[in-house]
Amino acid sequence: MYQAILFLPLIGALFAGLFGRLVGARACEVVTISLMVIAAFLSWIAFYQVAIEGHDVRIELISWIQSGALKTFWSIRVDTLTAVMLVVVNTVSSVVHLYSVGYMDEDPHKERFFAYLSLFTFAMLSLVTSDDLLQLFFGWEGVGLASYLLIGFWYRKPAPNAAAIKAFIVNRVGDFGFALGIFAIFVVFGAVQYDTIFAAAPDQVGQTMTFLAWQVPVLELICFLLFMGAMGKSAQFLLHTWLPDAMEGPTPVSALIHAATMVTAGVFMVARLSPLFELAPYALAFVAFIGATSAFFAATAAVVQTDIKRVIAYSTCSQLGYMFAAEGVGAFNAGMFHLFTHACFKALLFLCAGCITHALADNRDMRRMGGLRQKMPFVWVMMLIGSLALTAFPLTSGFVSKDFIIETTWFDHTPIGQYTYWMTLIAAFLTALYTWRLMFMTFEGNFKGGKALAEHIHEPPWTMNVPLLVLGAGALFAGLGFRHLFIGADAVGFWRDSIIVPHAHHDVPFWLTLSPTLAMTAGFLIAWYCYMWQPLLPFGLLKRFPAINQFFLHAWYFDALYDRIFVRPAKWLGNFLWRYGDGAVIDGIGPNGIAARVVDITNRVVRLQTGYIYHYAFIMLIGVAALITYFIVAGGALTP
Amino acid sequence: MTIGLSHYLTVAAVLFTIGIFGIFLNRKNVIVILMSIELMLLAVNLNLVAFSAFHGDLVGQVFALIVLTVAAAEAAIGLAIVVVYFRNRGTIDVAEIDLLKG
Amino acid sequence: MMLSALFFYLFAIMCIGAAFMVVATKNPVHAVLFLILAFFNAAGLFVLLGAEFLAMILVVVYVGAVMVLFLFVVMMLDVDFAELRAGFIKYLPVGAIVGLLLLVELVFVGTTWITAPDLVRDVPTPPVAEVSNTQALGAVLYTRYVYLFEAAGLILLVAMIGAIVLTLHHKRDVRRQSVAAQVGRTRETSIEIVEVETGRGLK
Repeated sequence: MYQAILFLPLIGALFAGLFGRLVGARACEVVTISLMVIAAFLSWIAFYQVAIEGHDVRIELISWIQSGALKTFWSIRVDTLTAVMLVVVNTVSSVVHLYSVGYMDEDPHKERFFAYLSLFTFAMLSLVTSDDLLQLFFGWEGVGLASYLLIGFWYRKPAPNAAAIKAFIVNRVGDFGFALGIFAIFVVFGAVQYDTIFAAAPDQVGQTMTFLAWQVPVLELICFLLFMGAMGKSAQFLLHTWLPDAMEGPTPVSALIHAATMVTAGVFMVARLSPLFELAPYALAFVAFIGATSAFFAATAAVVQTDIKRVIAYSTCSQLGYMFAAEGVGAFNAGMFHLFTHACFKALLFLCAGCITHALADNRDMRRMGGLRQKMPFVWVMMLIGSLALTAFPLTSGFVSKDFIIETTWFDHTPIGQYTYWMTLIAAFLTALYTWRLMFMTFEGNFKGGKALAEHIHEPPWTMNVPLLVLGAGALFAGLGFRHLFIGADAVGFWRDSIIVPHAHHDVPFWLTLSPTLAMTAGFLIAWYCYMWQPLLPFGLLKRFPAINQFFLHAWYFDALYDRIFVRPAKWLGNFLWRYGDGAVIDGIGPNGIAARVVDITNRVVRLQTGYIYHYAFIMLIGVAALITYFIVAGGALTP
Repeated sequence: MTIGLSHYLTVAAVLFTIGIFGIFLNRKNVIVILMSIELMLLAVNLNLVAFSAFHGDLVGQVFALIVLTVAAAEAAIGLAIVVVYFRNRGTIDVAEIDLLKG
Repeated sequence: MMLSALFFYLFAIMCIGAAFMVVATKNPVHAVLFLILAFFNAAGLFVLLGAEFLAMILVVVYVGAVMVLFLFVVMMLDVDFAELRAGFIKYLPVGAIVGLLLLVELVFVGTTWITAPDLVRDVPTPPVAEVSNTQALGAVLYTRYVYLFEAAGLILLVAMIGAIVLTLHHKRDVRRQSVAAQVGRTRETSIEIVEVETGRGLK
């Protein structure tokens, strides 16, 4: 069964990819969606068997590398952590597959799209079912590849191409650290299997190794390098620049990859390696710091964006920061729980945004929306559900997971812990602000997009509605439904060995529980004031403080900074090497040079053939004279 | 002083060299080339006969006779070619024979 | 002994001088005449060497036939008195050096020659008192070297045919007589009987 869960999406991808042209788009859709739904169904069964009933599974498929001390296998490891991820990935993926039928209806390359979606799912599944770091890395790269292919799906346009390359390269920066981390693990532990590493980790606590010129603690170094990979993959602060640009891809892609699954690979990886991270407090503090900073930073950027998908993209970055903040203070189960709920409501938000843009002929500018509540009521309701969950309205799933994180960070009394608490709290306020700003701008007031567009507005077809319903149910009920398993009383029995579960905190002060809700309410009120009561206020603020607006709009100008420091010199260097190194030197000496020299020499040699007999006779004479001279001088050697 | 073999060989050598000069220093006349060839053949004949005389072997003279025959035949054919060439080109200036120019 | 040395130097110097003039003179007729002079002096040298038959053959065949042929051709072709071109002067130094090098080497070899003591003679020359040069040559040429003799004859035949083939040139506008055609005329091809009506004429 577990092999089926892993390989059914691959079969779907191969079918759609190789035979798509032959069988046509409808057949591809049917095949890939049915395979995904079967896989999702099976993964819920697996979840029940593994997580609830407690039967961990380990299946070795085939040997991969057997080289000296390095012995790796293709294997499937399913424990609770994996089961959770399986459910998330497969459910959201099958839902997105169904949604894409309606969304990509007019696209001529549907077969390719479904093939890529299923390929991505396979890569993500191999990542989460890995039993060693090498298969994890395979899945890691695989999702990166699928992300590149999907972001640049409309490759004939320049913007998606650039965005895809940017995503891949920024990911590559993170992957560089990740690969170094894996190498360090192999050097230190001599193996890459999780169990071997976890068993040997406590012995390495005080050890140091030489890195560049310093002696650094081994575990700290390893965890720091591995986290670099997570920073890239999950678009955290400093390696976040690719995520907003990735919105150039189709909306189902954004929902699947950049909200629910690929970007959560980093969170998953840190949780999977929690035994290691627990033994590296400085690295863990760094994780918390980056997580909290991302949460705050991305929220500030989301407040001023005008593109509806970019708001949700920055929101994703911010929520991932929450997850890392939770893991940074040791609450790995809280981080995973937020991953679980976030997948539901963030995918829901993206898919609703997709419905809106689809109805408005791909217009994504919120300033030209408005008044959609009357025209698209169903979408409004679903988006409302998603927003309530995102802002952690009481009793929604977001409320359960996000507020728990904020509370947990307070209990960490280190400076980083306190920093994390305040950052996440302020981010909660900002989250409410930008979410309700989005809701008000999109759905309230009058429609500002012009009459032609107004006629185009329609409710989405059933293929796009059903996914919204499924995710909406998750957004509402997943929190309360699974609370006791993930973070509540049964947590230890639920997670068992898969991740480190901290001790539950007792004596939680009442005001602590209330603080996030207060922050949320404050954000809601300010958004109401600015966009409903005094709608001209934001424009006035924009005019008075344009610099601040630009600063947040361009995400603290990190893009421009990186462009200056890295992109331009790299381009210049590449250009230089191409033109002079490759062109002038290698081509000049090599093919072009040889060809030119041959022509040169031939032209000179041709001049020997003058056509005059006396020239030829003269040459012959010289030859004869030379021969005679040779015989006279050295002729002794020729006597018999 | 006694005229020895070397004297005759020297004379032949000089004649031969003059013949060679005639071939490639000449730029005016094709017929002079043919005449230079005759000079070279004469030098060879002189060599052969000198050796025949000083070694007392008649083979040299027989060979010289044959060389003479061949030289005559070659002169005839060469002149025929020159005549035909003149008919076609109108000149026997050596400097204008450059159709083989590459 | 002195006399033969004197004659040798005379003949040698005149031969070389004439040869040089062949190459150097501007007038091609003069060049041919100088060549004839060179041949005469070479014939004298042959006589000094005791090969009188060869000397006479040289004069009769070579000078008498070949050189005359040269003269015919020189006079037939419209050959101008040509000035020495600039190219002559340009190539003279290099050519002179190479040629002189060759000459020096030849002379060097020629003067340091030693004959092997046990030299095998193919056809020992019979003493002059008994057999004249002509007779000795004849005795050898038609017996031992008859193949060479016949081959030389064939070469001459081929040369003759070749020369005719190369230069024979039917002029288009010259009417020629074909005796065979004339003799092979029949009544049918030569006359034609025409019925002519009175007063009408031939039409």
